[in-house]
Amino acid sequence: MKDSTRAAAYLLPFVAALAVAPLLLPEFYVTLLNYIGLYAIVALGLVMLTGVGGLTSFGQAAFVGLGAYTSAYLTTVHGLSPWLTLPAGLLVTAVVAVSLGLVTLRLSGHFLPLGTIAWGISLYYLFGNLEVLGGHTGISGIPPLQILDREIKSGREFFYLIWAVLLVVVLGTRNLLDSREGRAIRALRGGSLMAEAMGVDTPRAKIVIFTVAALYASVSGWLYAHLQRFVNPTPFSLTQGIEYLFMAVVGGVAHVWGAIVGAGLITILKQWLQDWLPIVLGQSGNFEVIVFGLLMIFVLHRARDGVWPIVTRLFPPPARRRSAPTSVAETESPPRLPLARRPRPESGSLLLEVTRASKRFGGLVANDNVSFTVRAGEVMALIGPNGAGKSTMFNGISGVDPLTSGGVSFRGQRVESLPARDIARLGMSRTFQHVRLLTGMSVIENVAIGAHLRGEKGFLAAACRADRAEEARLFDEAAWQIERCGLAEQMHDAAGSLPLGKQRLVEIARALAADPCLLLLDEPAAGLRYLEKQALADLLRRLRAEGIGILLVEHDMDFVMGLADRVLVMEFGRQLATGLPAEIQRNPAVVEAYLGGVE
Amino acid sequence: MDLQIALLLGQDGLTNGAIYALLALALVLVFAVTRVIFIPQGEFVAYGALTLASLQAGRLPGTVWLLLALGAVIAVVDGSLAIRARQFKRLPWIVLLSCGVPLLLVGALLAVSAATLPLPVQVLLALMLVVPLGPMIYRLAYQPVAEASVLVLLIVSVAVHVTLIGIGLLFFGAEGSRTPPFTDVSLEIGDALLQGQTILVVVASVVLIVALYFFFERTIYGKALRATAMNRTGARLMGISGSLAGLLSFTLAASIGAFSGILISPITTIYYDSGFVIGLKGFVGAIIGGLASYPVAAAGAVLVGLLESYSSFWASAFKEVIVFTLIIPVLLWRSLKARHVEEE
Repeated sequence: MKDSTRAAAYLLPFVAALAVAPLLLPEFYVTLLNYIGLYAIVALGLVMLTGVGGLTSFGQAAFVGLGAYTSAYLTTVHGLSPWLTLPAGLLVTAVVAVSLGLVTLRLSGHFLPLGTIAWGISLYYLFGNLEVLGGHTGISGIPPLQILDREIKSGREFFYLIWAVLLVVVLGTRNLLDSREGRAIRALRGGSLMAEAMGVDTPRAKIVIFTVAALYASVSGWLYAHLQRFVNPTPFSLTQGIEYLFMAVVGGVAHVWGAIVGAGLITILKQWLQDWLPIVLGQSGNFEVIVFGLLMIFVLHRARDGVWPIVTRLFPPPARRRSAPTSVAETESPPRLPLARRPRPESGSLLLEVTRASKRFGGLVANDNVSFTVRAGEVMALIGPNGAGKSTMFNGISGVDPLTSGGVSFRGQRVESLPARDIARLGMSRTFQHVRLLTGMSVIENVAIGAHLRGEKGFLAAACRADRAEEARLFDEAAWQIERCGLAEQMHDAAGSLPLGKQRLVEIARALAADPCLLLLDEPAAGLRYLEKQALADLLRRLRAEGIGILLVEHDMDFVMGLADRVLVMEFGRQLATGLPAEIQRNPAVVEAYLGGVE
Repeated sequence: MDLQIALLLGQDGLTNGAIYALLALALVLVFAVTRVIFIPQGEFVAYGALTLASLQAGRLPGTVWLLLALGAVIAVVDGSLAIRARQFKRLPWIVLLSCGVPLLLVGALLAVSAATLPLPVQVLLALMLVVPLGPMIYRLAYQPVAEASVLVLLIVSVAVHVTLIGIGLLFFGAEGSRTPPFTDVSLEIGDALLQGQTILVVVASVVLIVALYFFFERTIYGKALRATAMNRTGARLMGISGSLAGLLSFTLAASIGAFSGILISPITTIYYDSGFVIGLKGFVGAIIGGLASYPVAAAGAVLVGLLESYSSFWASAFKEVIVFTLIIPVLLWRSLKARHVEEE
């Protein structure tokens, strides 16, 4: 794979430099690098949380403290081996992080960071006031780490341990982000609506990344405790928690290597400022925070991606384009490595039955007692003037915004009170009227999100690359759907770089990648040119012939009438008429709604 | 605990609670109008108190230099924008407003000896020095990224907070200050002694809350802010400028913060970094109100004050732990009330 050889081209010299660094550098620099390594492990968790997942935490220092104090307490008071206290610390951290996540994750995104501020402060005071933890003086006499019979006491020896852990964590995180679960995490930033409709359990994804970030912090704390062999509350304060976030943001919050760059920059800058600022200002105190604060504001205003993109510009990658994970079939044939397909309902059998569906927004009745059915192998069109309640109906059926009353049954199962992701699992897939793609990701990665439920490899498998075979199948499937939608040329372009009409086709490909029985298309032809519309109509006909049911919202009447088997007309939330296209075109009430009545 | 102690603690809790309630209201206001989670609110509390203390001690408060510096930066930023847009007529106004006004204040301060002035004038001077920092900080730190996500704005807030803490240490030093009480009056009601200062704080808070209510209900600017809070785009289409709404809400928040600091400084010794924890307690109140409801936020803040006061009696070492851990059940309760996953 080209990707890995390119990475290796930079990784190997980097590892080699790390290997010789402690032999050549004076003690002071080794110590500095040790701290950079420890901080980078924490900052890496924040990269995943903030840059990738769109959440954030100011309380990471408290998690570092949990790891450090758990080990310090268990080794000094109960005489446990540090190798046993590492999992103990991880366990404590995980329990705390999961509970904190569970408490905040149903609320909007900013409640989690606010919660972490409060939690960071209360844990700091707890460390400082609990007698068993030594109060503000802390715990000393923590035993050193032992590997076989050798005690790791010197900073130089510890250097190898810290940076080995850091490298493992960096590579694991990078692998994780380039996987099925990683794409689900990245989908969080595009808003949970789309991710949920693709079957991603977004609350779970949020808890998982919050917990993983906390675990990274905990590992860093464990290392810290046995490097210093002494802990007190100071390094686990909220101020330090904020500094970790600064490292991630300054380094580049969207890139795993940004964490190391950021930790390095902030640590060195802090060292330097602490030497110079008191001389310049003529007083002693932590004045470096002024510079850090201003630096942060500058970065957020002018370079929100941080320093890492500048580094990559200095060392451009040998291969520019991201390599496709699999070779792409040349012709429009099903993928060579097929994913399991769900059994298709028999053509003509009942797929979807909507009965007396109503949706109210306060006083506004957006859907009023609408009833209709969709059968397998049928195109049902939902038309009506703007504001008729078509998209609301879509959201109600797909569980994105549940109905106020009425029933939806899909393949014989009541689904009106199921969350969107469970409905997606039953074989319903949809597109959005306002395109919801992850603009920075390539088309094929976007489409692969649609196949989320067709893979099963989890976070651990992804982190150690045990998911490659499944990934290849998912990408093969995605590539096939992209070709069917006529986008083979744009497969590796950033989704945001496509014109809007093509972005709608990407949405269709993504919906198809879920292998649906029922496809909900919200204005798929808007923004397409004539030939593109014809190609889309051909595709939909083929899908119909395969036995897929299609529910279509569209304003282009030629497109609708040429394609639909049946048409439902809505006006002001009510059902105006249902019937064959020809009947609908002659229906006086419909004509009046569209063209206005005759006075 | 006998009744007398209980009443005393209740009085204490109510006093602090009233301050937290003011801060909670300001936080809800700023969040509703600008989506900024205003972490630096607490620094205005500390700056207000410490500026007043400096004035009373006959020192030139460091806030003066901050005011001048921010004014100069704004003059440069706005000036160069005006030059780029070829709006040369605006230049004198920009310079006059952002540099002239702070200079005038400094001149006035140097001309009189603030320490000998009557207390209300000192309070007014302190407010005039601290409050303009609010809109100035909005202009420089928030307005350029006003359309960014809540998350980015929150990180900006934390950066501003950290900067102001450092600057506070630089200007006011590490020692705390306590201003003399506004009144020595105390009332004896039954067994309990009611401090005049307590009454003053509670009355001032209530007056301010009522004044805010009338501002929002009766004045055109108040209504403009409410409109912006409800629907930013809609308000803009009606001709309400988003930056004006931002500047206005930051002015209000800064006033409330500085005034709270002045109210609280005779009761507690204020250090350069005390404001943060005080502001966060206002936050716990605001979160109880879901960052949306003013009355619930105020009630929540009073609850925080009482909880803090009684827990300082029962477990004084764990006072902060108890107050800040309160946020967990509050978030849980709010989370159970939330109907479905919210969209950012």
